[in-house]
Amino acid sequence: MSEDKKENVEPASLDPEAKAELDRAFEDLYRTHLRDIYSYAYYRVGNQHDAEDLTEQAFLQAYRHFDRARRESNGRPLRPWLIRITHNLASNYYRDRSRRPQTPLDSTGPIAARHGTEAIAEGREELRQVIEHLDKLPDDRREALIMRFALGMDNREIARALGRTDGATKVLIHRAIKQLQEEMSDE
Amino acid sequence: MSEVERLLADALRPIEPPERLSGRVEDTLTAVTAAAAEELSDWAEELSESELHSLRDPRNWVRPVVAVGVGGVATGALVLLEARRRGRQQASGRLRTLTERIR
Repeated sequence: MSEDKKENVEPASLDPEAKAELDRAFEDLYRTHLRDIYSYAYYRVGNQHDAEDLTEQAFLQAYRHFDRARRESNGRPLRPWLIRITHNLASNYYRDRSRRPQTPLDSTGPIAARHGTEAIAEGREELRQVIEHLDKLPDDRREALIMRFALGMDNREIARALGRTDGATKVLIHRAIKQLQEEMSDE
Repeated sequence: MSEVERLLADALRPIEPPERLSGRVEDTLTAVTAAAAEELSDWAEELSESELHSLRDPRNWVRPVVAVGVGGVATGALVLLEARRRGRQQASGRLRTLTERIR
């Protein structure tokens, strides 16, 4: 089998026993990470409808490449791989549909769309501030913070999801938090 | 943990997916699996027809028997999966589109 064909192996082409085992493993993966994928999708797009679409597409893509991903992961957790798929789909979502918010100062971003009202209702001014500033961070910094705080991913997992080194990811998160601190203290 | 980090942890809580999403993704994956099983079943039928003449040769018995067994399992799986899918009473048009897209 050529290298190209190896890379394009799909679940349907496996023998029945291997396919059944693969499907069981994928079901476990799906049940374990559905909330993570949905949470990440929601924080990226800011509405339930598109978050559901992204989640579904992410798992379909994951299913298609699951066999290869599992072989190449060498036993490492597959959550960063799933998040990376979702991350790429969310990027395409903005690029293809030109939906990326232009983030003028008074705009409402994806995260504020969900939490802004809650925070205001609860009188949590600080929470409202951090949400607004988070939405205005550069994409890579905001996404790293979503992975860290919404999904509880460590630096190594985030690095794998973003395709960066551990060191670069540590710096990215440090700078993101520092930027938030500075901007909030300026108010 | 700094104050900002505490606020981030408070603001960025995990979000529970809606109940219907779980069913929707499972249905889609089930449809994909069923489509794969159907392909396998078709393949087994073709194989049994095209190789009937070789069944008289004991050296060729193992492969068709395995293929028919595989076809039976796949067909059984297909029936079960279809029953499960119908049980959910979900619209299937969209699923078919998705299934076609990833096949």
